[in-house]
Amino acid sequence: MEIVSNYLLTFILFSPVVVALILMLLPRDQENLIRWVAFILSFIPLGLSIALWLGFNSEQPGFQYQEQAIWYAPINSSYHLGVDGISLTMVLLTTLLTPLAILASFGISDRVKAYMVLFLMLETGMLGVFLSLDLLLFFVFWEIGLVPMYFLINQWGSEKGERELWGGRKMSARNYASFKFMIYTMAGSLGLLLAIQMIGVVAGTFDLLKLYEVWPSLSQPLFGLPISTVKAIAFWAFVIAFAIKVPVWPFHTWLPDAHTEAPTAGSMILAGVLLKLGAYGFLRLVLPLYPEQSKMYAGALGFLAVMAIIFGALASYGQSDFKRLVAYSSVNHMGFVVLGIAAAAFATGTEDANIALNGAVLQMFNHGLSAAGMFFLVGVIYERTHTRNLNDFGGLFPLVPVYGGILIFTSMASLGLPGLNGFISEFLVVRGAWPIMSVYTALAMIGLFFTGAYILKGIKMVLHGPINEKWVGHISEISAREIVVIAPLLVLMLWIGIWPAWILNVINRAVMMFF
Amino acid sequence: MQFPILSIIVFTPIITGILILLIPAERKTEVRVTALAAAIFALALSIWVYFSYDIPAGGYQFIEKYSWLPQFGISYHVGIDGMSAPLVLLTGVVMFTGVLISWGLDDRPREFFAFLFILATGVFGVFVALDLFMLFFFYEIAVFPMYLLIAIWGWKETREYAAMKLTLYLFIGSVIALVGALAMYFTSGLGTFDMLELEKAGFSTDFQILWFPFVFFGFAVLGGIFPFHNWSPDGHVAAPTAVSMFHAGVLMKLGAFAALRVGIMLLPEGAKFHMGWIILLTLVNVVYGAYIAMVQTDFKYVIGFSSVSHMGLVAMGFATLNADGMLGAGVQMFSHGVMTALFFAVVGMVYDRAHTREIPRLGGFRKMMPLVTLAFIIGGLVSMGMPGLSGFIAEFPIFMGVWGTAPWIAIVAAISIVITASYIIRIIGRVFFGQVPEEFEGHITDVSVLDKVALVLLSAILIVVGIYPAIMTPLVESGVNNILRLLGGA
Repeated sequence: MEIVSNYLLTFILFSPVVVALILMLLPRDQENLIRWVAFILSFIPLGLSIALWLGFNSEQPGFQYQEQAIWYAPINSSYHLGVDGISLTMVLLTTLLTPLAILASFGISDRVKAYMVLFLMLETGMLGVFLSLDLLLFFVFWEIGLVPMYFLINQWGSEKGERELWGGRKMSARNYASFKFMIYTMAGSLGLLLAIQMIGVVAGTFDLLKLYEVWPSLSQPLFGLPISTVKAIAFWAFVIAFAIKVPVWPFHTWLPDAHTEAPTAGSMILAGVLLKLGAYGFLRLVLPLYPEQSKMYAGALGFLAVMAIIFGALASYGQSDFKRLVAYSSVNHMGFVVLGIAAAAFATGTEDANIALNGAVLQMFNHGLSAAGMFFLVGVIYERTHTRNLNDFGGLFPLVPVYGGILIFTSMASLGLPGLNGFISEFLVVRGAWPIMSVYTALAMIGLFFTGAYILKGIKMVLHGPINEKWVGHISEISAREIVVIAPLLVLMLWIGIWPAWILNVINRAVMMFF
Repeated sequence: MQFPILSIIVFTPIITGILILLIPAERKTEVRVTALAAAIFALALSIWVYFSYDIPAGGYQFIEKYSWLPQFGISYHVGIDGMSAPLVLLTGVVMFTGVLISWGLDDRPREFFAFLFILATGVFGVFVALDLFMLFFFYEIAVFPMYLLIAIWGWKETREYAAMKLTLYLFIGSVIALVGALAMYFTSGLGTFDMLELEKAGFSTDFQILWFPFVFFGFAVLGGIFPFHNWSPDGHVAAPTAVSMFHAGVLMKLGAFAALRVGIMLLPEGAKFHMGWIILLTLVNVVYGAYIAMVQTDFKYVIGFSSVSHMGLVAMGFATLNADGMLGAGVQMFSHGVMTALFFAVVGMVYDRAHTREIPRLGGFRKMMPLVTLAFIIGGLVSMGMPGLSGFIAEFPIFMGVWGTAPWIAIVAAISIVITASYIIRIIGRVFFGQVPEEFEGHITDVSVLDKVALVLLSAILIVVGIYPAIMTPLVESGVNNILRLLGGA
């Protein structure tokens, strides 16, 4: 046990890969065995990260459980891991959602083994981003996650649907979506890659703890340009890469396609964790490395966030596809995260900024829960009806009362009903941002009104209205397995809504000490 | 006297080649088994050399020196440093996998393997040579069998044309380089071809500036540098599978390596003078090569042009003349060699079964050949520079090096990453996924066990170097330090 506690982060990071390797050894046609092995063993990272949570001392400043090993010595990059309260929360979210997503994919029957292996690799990729304390290592994991996600969408995405490209050529919707996801994110990361290379050349190290000290205080001109110009360009390179991932308006257009075409569990992870990578990048890299630029451009970022909130909500309201509706809601909710970050960037170190950051981090966690829940529920009904068109639904409540209750509960959490988790985090963001960016916050509140509108629209068009004769006898109630998937999410939504202190303490300490 | 391991590595293939020629032509199995045994032997020795190179000590190791033609100052002088050790290993790997892939070749396998092994001796020889004359000697040995291999066993449509084009290009290149080398020999006044001596010759700056382009471009033709890259895609496409693997995997490195060893290391001042504009040519290689690859419809041409693009990165790394760029170029030579050998092996496997390489006519191959698909995806990701694989380990420092010399070139060159991603994804989607065309339904069989061994080995190397770069980068770094010393710590 000594070795496990000394290298706890490495164990968390690579246990999914080990599970994936075990799965590869299982016979291909034993589908049930593969499913159960993947599901049960995916509790190992979860158990380890709960142990991490319990062993974590939130009073202690700096990164804990640090590990360092030789990785790429000639360019001064090392395998350096560590957690603070912000990354810890995200690690917990990731390891929690992965078993649920695996359980949610028990209905997959096409190439189960490859599917599960990709899923577990994806988990390692995401965890790596949260755990890295080396800029190059961060980038490695940042990109690695793209590959499994690409294949999950491309191979296991919805089979229906076609997209017409310019020139009239047609291609299946999942190919279109996965290609767009991949190229969009890779192109976005290109600036990040170049900026990281540039920082490496200038600073001579990739270690984040060293860069936090060296890079922001750098003052001599670079490449014949004033340092402020170089930093501003590098700042925007970082911001665009992360903004695409979050996604912030106007970089969000890949998201509705990718989410809509991905398999249910893929959407859960995509919305639940992958979007957080972008927001995490803002917190871990952009704010500490570019404090001046962040302050200077916070207004622009806040503007984009407000646009994301408003347009995300309006676009969501305009959808007739249930899954697309939920997809746009992610744009809307992640807008609050970015708003909190922008406000904090503008007034770093003040109490308001800390409140806003607390809200932003908690909102990341909360959106992880509610978006994963919503996508799962969309998947549940799609599996039964094979349609996602809201106009085909209506009046389902009497047919599936339990499902209906769960859908309403999750929707309310997403909407920000007091007593549930979404309220706490959105309130904190708004409370923190109000004194700093009053106009934007006020506009965001208008966006919140539309949030209510689209969520109620979703509930109304699925559940309410006269009983729908078309589905009588064709639709079955949510199954026990599916309830097991959603139950932990519901419990956490309620728990954080009623007693958020257990998680906010950790986040708050981390935010106070880190910024 | 120490054990002459480098000489054994160099001469194992050619001796085996001669032995193979003594076997009666119809006993094909014996020919193949002999070839495989020799390949395993050479691979084992090159792995041993690779891992027993003493990194902290640095410099040239495993040195052997025998007088050969003392009146002209020519000696048999071999040794390896951190730059050449990975390339020797690469040659061992490609030779071994090339034999495995060619197991099913039925048309005169005896002569095929004999020529292939003569070629391998030439390649090993260039990588270990420390004498300029020896280097040319082995260089020509490597180029000549290529002509026969392509012209006899190549793709029927273009083989005569491609073989002739390739040979003429490379011979002209090597003649130009030879002129430069002779100029060095006569000007130095040392009366020796020994490169370690010539390093210390102290050529005047004017001399270096005049002759550097001759030597550099003479060899870089084989490295596929723009605008002399034109022979390479034609040659790759026309060659039989194992030869394409050798050709793109190892032979192109021969050009880059010789350009480094003879051009940059012997004429460092010339390199410093000219690299400012040569880096622009490499930029064209990288971006234009990727673009041309993207618009091809022939599977093998896509890979052929992608090699032009990736070898451009090697030359770009050299052209930076700094530690990061050189380091990246050294790793990229190895990484690209393994990756492109994997690519051409896969292309060969697909073509053998489908008898077409037109991408729009292919489809759904993952159903028949799952392992091949996986291997191609891994190779494709390496090609895209995906982190976690060897391509990233190689390309990242190259770009860092370019940042140190000409930032805007790094920014423009990065476009090639997205272009590469788009054509790789297109191929994966079209050839391996999607619908199986009716004409192939039920005709396509999976690859043999030997093919699988080759693919697994190649993919595993790409993954290991990517995940654990410490296995290769300190070694290359020690080689780079050697070069930087000659460049005056630049």
